[in-house]
Amino acid sequence: MNTQKTIVTIGAGIAGIESSVALSKLGYRVILVEKDKTIGGKINNYYHLFPNNRPAVDIKNYMDEQCRIHDLTIYKNTEINKVQKKGERFSVTTSNDDILKADALLVATGFEYFNGMQKEEYGYKIYDNVITSIDLEEKLRSGKQITTAQGKEPKRIAFVHCVGSRDEKSGNHYCSRLCCITGVKQAMELNSRFPNSLVYCFYIDLRMYSMEYESLYRSAQEKFGIQFIRGKVSEVSENKEGTLQIKAEDTLSGRPLRMEMDLVVLLVGMVPGQGTEKMKSVAALESNSHGFLESNDWQLHKNSSSQPGIFLTGACNGPMSIDETMEHARSAAFEVHTYLQNHSKHE
Amino acid sequence: MNKFGFTTQESRAIDYGQFDDRLLSYVQHHEPTFLICMSCGACTATCSAGNLIDFNIRRLSLLIRRGEILQLSNEIDKCMLCGKCTLVCPRGINTRNVIMLIKKGISQIKQSENQN
Amino acid sequence: MPNNLFIYPFLLGILIMLVIIAKRFSKWFIGLSKIDKIRVWKKLRTKNTIYSIREALLEGLLHHKIFKKNPVLGYMHMSLAFGWFLLIVVGHIETIYYYGSISFPFYMPVFFRYFVTGHEFYLSRFFAIIMDFLLLMVLSGVTLAYLKRFLKQPFGMKKTTRLKPGDKIALTSLWCIFPLRFMAESVSAGIHHNGSFLTQTSGNLIEHILPLNAIHTPIWFAYSTALGFFFVALPFSRYMHIPTEIFFIFLKNSGIKLKKHVNTYSQVQVFSCSRCGICLDSCQLNDAGIRNTQSVYVLKKIRDKKLTDEELFNCLLCGKCQHDCPVDIELNNLRITQRIESTLQYNSSYDYLKETKAEKADIVYFAGCMTHLTPAIKKSMVQIFDHAKLNYWFMDEDKAPCCGRPLMQAGQYDAAEKLILNNQKKILDSEAKTLVVSCPICYKVFNEDYSLPGIEVKHHSEYLLELINASKIEVSPLQQTVIYHDPCELGRGSGIYEQPRELLQHTNTLIKIKNEKEKSYCCGGSLANIKIQMDERYKIKDKAVENYRSYNPDILATSCPLCKKTFARDGKLAVHDISELIWMAIEKNEMEKLELNEQLAKVTNPEQFWELEEVPIQD
Ligand code: SF4
Ligand code: SF4
Ligand code: SF4
Ligand code: SF4
Ligand code: SF4
Repeated sequence: MNTQKTIVTIGAGIAGIESSVALSKLGYRVILVEKDKTIGGKINNYYHLFPNNRPAVDIKNYMDEQCRIHDLTIYKNTEINKVQKKGERFSVTTSNDDILKADALLVATGFEYFNGMQKEEYGYKIYDNVITSIDLEEKLRSGKQITTAQGKEPKRIAFVHCVGSRDEKSGNHYCSRLCCITGVKQAMELNSRFPNSLVYCFYIDLRMYSMEYESLYRSAQEKFGIQFIRGKVSEVSENKEGTLQIKAEDTLSGRPLRMEMDLVVLLVGMVPGQGTEKMKSVAALESNSHGFLESNDWQLHKNSSSQPGIFLTGACNGPMSIDETMEHARSAAFEVHTYLQNHSKHE
Repeated sequence: MNKFGFTTQESRAIDYGQFDDRLLSYVQHHEPTFLICMSCGACTATCSAGNLIDFNIRRLSLLIRRGEILQLSNEIDKCMLCGKCTLVCPRGINTRNVIMLIKKGISQIKQSENQN
Repeated sequence: MPNNLFIYPFLLGILIMLVIIAKRFSKWFIGLSKIDKIRVWKKLRTKNTIYSIREALLEGLLHHKIFKKNPVLGYMHMSLAFGWFLLIVVGHIETIYYYGSISFPFYMPVFFRYFVTGHEFYLSRFFAIIMDFLLLMVLSGVTLAYLKRFLKQPFGMKKTTRLKPGDKIALTSLWCIFPLRFMAESVSAGIHHNGSFLTQTSGNLIEHILPLNAIHTPIWFAYSTALGFFFVALPFSRYMHIPTEIFFIFLKNSGIKLKKHVNTYSQVQVFSCSRCGICLDSCQLNDAGIRNTQSVYVLKKIRDKKLTDEELFNCLLCGKCQHDCPVDIELNNLRITQRIESTLQYNSSYDYLKETKAEKADIVYFAGCMTHLTPAIKKSMVQIFDHAKLNYWFMDEDKAPCCGRPLMQAGQYDAAEKLILNNQKKILDSEAKTLVVSCPICYKVFNEDYSLPGIEVKHHSEYLLELINASKIEVSPLQQTVIYHDPCELGRGSGIYEQPRELLQHTNTLIKIKNEKEKSYCCGGSLANIKIQMDERYKIKDKAVENYRSYNPDILATSCPLCKKTFARDGKLAVHDISELIWMAIEKNEMEKLELNEQLAKVTNPEQFWELEEVPIQD
């Protein structure tokens, strides 16, 4: 490789790092731009990963190590303000007014969690005992004692599926794919901490799309006695003592049901991240009807965006799990590589 | 002969071949969103009438889909049209219009049956 | 005089019209309830009649309300109607002067210049000038009306209404009447020299091209025929609204109200619509691309007996068109009356409602069905009640029937009545003095349709203001800018505009905006619209939010759970109910007091007190 080509990767979450590492292995110069002060993105928020209960910190450590080994250039606390194409090359202006030249761009701006407050009927931030799956994960990760707001051990816990997903009222028609299994994982986690607790999952459909997820679902029933109730929770209200009352219909028996809960966990969905939103305007990338960045070709070039030379990796392209993200990231690297090689031939 | 209760009961299976689809087609025609219900039950859960009495708005739509008009006509009268179901429906179904159409449909069917 | 014959089309026409109108009016009058008839009769003999006449003149002729809305359109209507009216009045005065008495054939003023062939009489020149001037004014109106058919823009209307046969005849003859009158008077002026600046000038011109004497009678005949056609067509055309409106003004001013079923009073209103189209302008259904269900169309469909549920129920009942309507038609109630008619066959049965026990309290709080889906509101209210140590009963905390208003909006009054009776009993049993409600939809029905003697019904925005004024709660300013969105049922529906604003000024900086109070938007969520689809609702909401965002407020405040829910959907704007803001302001006040106490506790030397002023209070 005579003249070393440069790739700017936007977003240093696991997708951005893994694809950058792969590109660096292929001999390219990669610059990573990260809006936060730390790298790793959402992986920093997690405790244990499904389906094998591996500590998320493993992945985080791997990412740090790879960055170090391949000596990746990372601009932290930096955002992209402008993208211009001059001939075949890109010129990227950052929020620090640096101008980065690149032969290809890799967008890895990821997703954001659905804001639970938008479903006001569930009482998030109104009732203290309503939390989101992300709050719960954070509590588990930080090793803090998990109690109700009144400092008691939760005896009855409800997981509410599809919060902000599959919901016209939230503006998101799609399924976020991973909240079901997150719910199952967390339900098991809570039940193993509080063996006397009763844990309920209120779902519309259970989407266990991998072999291992189905096994987890099964053991949740078998070993942890988690109750799965088919019915969407319509609203949550608070009793005088701070316990919660939830309303749903047990659609399989056709009866409306009200239950008292000590803790309600909202399984919030995935929505396009801020960075993803920004890329739509600064790089004129097209998005699909759900707001995620659109692939140029769904089957053959999932990693290509609507603009030549700009590629997609990770959850900016749609909700995906960690293992899927890793694959997606490596295929993105290969897609970039193919593009750059074709271009050097033309030169 | 059959002492242990294994008598053949009248079939409870719904005969999709010849169910009464008058109401179904009437409602569907005037409120196409009726088609997209995913039976999540949020409407029933929140229902103001359902809070006070056994009343299941989701199952009513199901009854129409299965052509069971008779059962329906007494049930639908319990709705108070408060609109909570419309507000929670994750599929954006215009449930109140469905209810109004059922009422209208039933009154029309009754009228035409009285005339015959 | 055989050439007198030309007046007969006019005579016949006006006779037929008068007979038909008289028949209709008497039919309408007979159709009124007995009490209403007595009302009209009694009021006729008071000075109310003078008001009515004045209003009839102002509205029917001067169209001053249309003027305010759109000057070009107003001028068009005014020059036609008022100009014509003046032609008739001045024409009569002129004839009186000529005859020196009031006994003359009543058609005389109409054909004055044919018969009175230029003999000078007292003020004859003056009258000729005035009459010419008025004719010019009417002609300008006709020209505008002509233009309006082709260019709609200057008239501020998105769409003019379609015509039916009666309209076409009436319209064509109307367009002909004044040009023909102009021609006829010009010809007469050419012959008799009895015209003025307009007719005389043109008469002198025509003299050179046309054989005046030969066309003299035929052209007056044409004028008379146009008039005749117009009069005959009038009761079958949109112009029927002119006499009907006058009739309506009299009925309205005698205090008659729409009934809960279709009767002749609703018909009078339906026929009073002038199809000016003003109701189309601010209807937000336009934003959703719904263009066939607005009031003017629905009234037309009612007249043509072609109204379907699809149109009838596709309306937010936001009341904007009613507010704008220059004829003052009770558009909301009229639509509800039609809905009642259309749902008469519907059954309802609430036998399951039990007589649950009421709790005794000073205050009953009714959150409303919707408020249970916006718990921030009910929680704030409960916290405020508790904080102010009030003795209240949260009536629908757990289960309670709906207030009945949504059923009423859908026309099912009988059904609503059952819910009302059940709730009413409970409220009365509580022996409370005040009923506080959080939902404007409930507020309206509690206020207007419940019978709650001795109990004041208050929306929480009114009630919280009272608490502040009575120093029952103390608030600290929150330092955010807010826009207040008037909910339809609270604003236009119940006339509560000031209390929420006053309340907000205690806590926030209120931004004044163009579309507020009577002109405020509907959020698009209105329960009254049964037909509208969700995406259409969102289009209406988006337009409103876009406008609100252009003012850059920190917060969009409202006082209706449904508005809140509708606006909060896309998360582009922080939306809060007034009650939430007040609770935040109370909490802030508590914090400040706490901090102050802490500071005070630290102060040992009284001279340090002045320093306290300097302590910045944290948000
Ligand atoms: S994964 Fe499960 S909880 Fe998440 S959106 Fe899909 S169905 Fe709902
Ligand atoms: S809430 Fe909507 S989707 Fe769910 S069962 Fe009711 S009508 Fe169907
Ligand atoms: S509108 Fe009728 S069905 Fe819907 S929630 Fe209210 S009472 Fe229940
Ligand atoms: S309803 Fe009122 S505003 Fe609308 S066209 Fe008729 S008169 Fe004009
Ligand atoms: S009430 Fe509102 S929505 Fe209905 S026609 Fe009038 S302006 Fe339009």
